[in-house]
Amino acid sequence: MEKKELVCIGCPMGCPVTVTMEGNEITDITGNTCPRGRTYAEKEVTNPTRIVTSTVRVAGGDRPFISVKTKEDIPKEKIFDCMQEINGITVKAPVKIGDVVLENAAGTGVPVIATKAAAVV
Amino acid sequence: MRSYDIVVIGGGPAGLAAAASARKEGIDSILILERDKELGGILNQCIHNGFGLHTFQEELTGPEYAGRFIDIVKELGIPYALHTMVMGISREKVVTAMNREEGMFQIQAGAVILAMGCRERSRGALNIPGYRPAGIFSAGTAQRLVNMEGCMPGREVVILGSGDIGLIMARRMTLEGAKVKVVAELMPYSGGLKRNIVQCLDDYGIPLKLCHTVVDIRGKERLQGITLAQVDEKGRPIPGTQEEYSCDTLLLSVGLIPENELSRDMGVEMDPVTSGPVVNESLETSIPGVFACGNVLHVHDLVDYVSQEAGRAGTNAAAFVRGELHKDSGRTIRIIATEGVRYTVPRYIDDARMERLLTVRFRVGAVFRDSYISVYYNDERVMHRKKRIMAPGEMEEVVLQKEKTASYPDLERITIKIEKE
Repeated sequence: MEKKELVCIGCPMGCPVTVTMEGNEITDITGNTCPRGRTYAEKEVTNPTRIVTSTVRVAGGDRPFISVKTKEDIPKEKIFDCMQEINGITVKAPVKIGDVVLENAAGTGVPVIATKAAAVV
Repeated sequence: MRSYDIVVIGGGPAGLAAAASARKEGIDSILILERDKELGGILNQCIHNGFGLHTFQEELTGPEYAGRFIDIVKELGIPYALHTMVMGISREKVVTAMNREEGMFQIQAGAVILAMGCRERSRGALNIPGYRPAGIFSAGTAQRLVNMEGCMPGREVVILGSGDIGLIMARRMTLEGAKVKVVAELMPYSGGLKRNIVQCLDDYGIPLKLCHTVVDIRGKERLQGITLAQVDEKGRPIPGTQEEYSCDTLLLSVGLIPENELSRDMGVEMDPVTSGPVVNESLETSIPGVFACGNVLHVHDLVDYVSQEAGRAGTNAAAFVRGELHKDSGRTIRIIATEGVRYTVPRYIDDARMERLLTVRFRVGAVFRDSYISVYYNDERVMHRKKRIMAPGEMEEVVLQKEKTASYPDLERITIKIEKE
């Protein structure tokens, strides 16, 4: 039996939630004061995911960097692998918002897309 | 002298939304003045996601959110001048500005929309003792350096203040390979969103020390380290609690101050609590035809609310230009913030000009659990709404109904307060 301590992010209450696990099975959730806390805790202990945002270099553009994000959330443990791949990228101007700058971030199948445009100079 | 019906000071989220809504109200002659090299304001450096859930029902990054409004402004053909710094505005609404192409020039405005945003509180405002070496940045400066200029301010970081920008930068610097050792917060609670505490600190094992502050800074040329100490309930360091941290970078995320030099110089009445102009139901300042919106009016947590508020400022400025805003004037009702409520925006209501529903936004001064937001018309309680939690970091609102307000013939003051029961 394993206990995981979380803080719910559903609202400013920030309820401290304790999830009890038997292997991969959730056996108990306590500390939440509303159903949102339960939903959050279930997702957070079984499949925590995050959107990763960063920047990539631009070649031949009107700015040296543009911002990017993973198009969807990716597993939390892939964040640093994803960052490493993002840091290796240089895109060529022009770039539009939504353009794919990396097809498959850290093997997650999720693309990394531009969140800022860069024009050619 | 050139003249425009509406001159918007600032091309960030507030200025863009205000200009767009004024144009949609039929005002052709609008000019946006922006001092940076592009439109979008602070959103350009806020590359994290979480913007626009209310406005677009999706989670955008700052540049994407700004991009949507920039596209609207461009589609509407609203002119804007970049690299242009406004030096002053007279009570007669003559705007004095300068840029490299035109030098110093003046514009006669029919109405002015103040949308200059806010800036960060600096080290000088905190009285931290110690040397003044390189390596001490406001969190927003570091954000601009990392996200727009592509350079890292340092490798070993301590952050003072747990405002959202500080939390966001703790994650950002960590992702870029820096070691963020600790975030220290003077208050017994964080001013940042719960989501940011979990996803920016807890995710990366960065400790948050509440009731702690920096009491010494070491290093002559470059920052070498700082000393943290716990503080008592009056904010005084407790002897014997000092801890040394070695670091080359100290980020300050200790509050935002509306940037109101222009407003003050033109003689607009100011609210000492918000550091922004006092406005009425139309977001009009004490000078008729001068409106304020966004973070220059009061610091917001959500850009969605900035866009909404600015849209109203734009609509009202358009009505002023058409000569319609002051046509119907009724009585002036004061809104009083007391007992836990620090301020309200607006501070006055002319109930003839009030829209059918008027949102009054405010902040509380401490954390309140299981308490009520109460609204009094004169001495009669007319609204009593329970909230499980209210915190200074989250803006609250009440919605007033014109119909109801009009049914109180002797109404002089509306009081908003927090009550235990």
